[in-house]
Amino acid sequence: MRKILVLVLLALSPAAAAAAENPILVSLRATAHQENAAFKDFSAARGQAFYNARSGDVACATCHTASPKAPGKHATTGKEILPLAPSANPERFTDAAQVDKWFKRNCTEVLKRPCTAQEKGDFMTYVLSVQ
Amino acid sequence: MIKTWILGVACALMPLAAMAAGGNRYGGEDRGSPLLPAKVNALWQKECSSCHIAYPPGLLPAASWRSVMSTLDQHFGTDASVSAQERDEISAFLVAGASNRWSASTSPLRITESQWFKAKHGREIAPEVWQRAAIKTRANCQACHAGAAQGDFNERQVRIPK
Repeated sequence: MRKILVLVLLALSPAAAAAAENPILVSLRATAHQENAAFKDFSAARGQAFYNARSGDVACATCHTASPKAPGKHATTGKEILPLAPSANPERFTDAAQVDKWFKRNCTEVLKRPCTAQEKGDFMTYVLSVQ
Repeated sequence: MIKTWILGVACALMPLAAMAAGGNRYGGEDRGSPLLPAKVNALWQKECSSCHIAYPPGLLPAASWRSVMSTLDQHFGTDASVSAQERDEISAFLVAGASNRWSASTSPLRITESQWFKAKHGREIAPEVWQRAAIKTRANCQACHAGAAQGDFNERQVRIPK
């Protein structure tokens, strides 16, 4: 009987894992609620617009290219940047400290200010959705 | 007689000794030897190589590395900040391996502004060479020095891309 239960759980676990939301996104959603009482949800479409929006001369897409699945290039040093989309680079968005660090750096770089949780969540929702 | 002879040899050798202990080559702005310690710090490797090669600590004096590491939020026009803990760990590695042949009181932030760099590249490399698409910037050591990230700048390995 117990064996059957284990087998059933094993069979279900991939489905459960696939459905589970990225933990970094879950935490961003909580922050977004705190930042803005009117917060509804994140949107991939808004994230895509944000990804391509220029602020002055630069956008996320300047270094990360128009496709988050493609490798990019550092604007100054020319060093290769691995793809952002987990569909092309599974290590992305798995380490919260790493994600925090790069949002801080790159929001300062592009927007000259920190990003809101809404912007980060929209951005992530878009990049995670790219197949 | 013997004493005079010993004195003579000692005097003749002194400049060499001074050079080994951080002498006057390149006006005192000389890179260290070794450039990279045998055991490298993993965090230095990971963080510094995010945007460019992890420049070997021996390329600059300790004072330069202290300045670089205390201004990472404005790192040559870019926010390259890390946590305070990470900063301290990387800084300690850079300072410990900093140039041991730098006797000048200078501490440039750019490796390319040091006298040894200028002397090594100034005469041989024409200004237009730096502008080639595969090079782009003087900070791009590995464009010509394939082993740069491993601290290998041997002149015989230099291949300048067309």
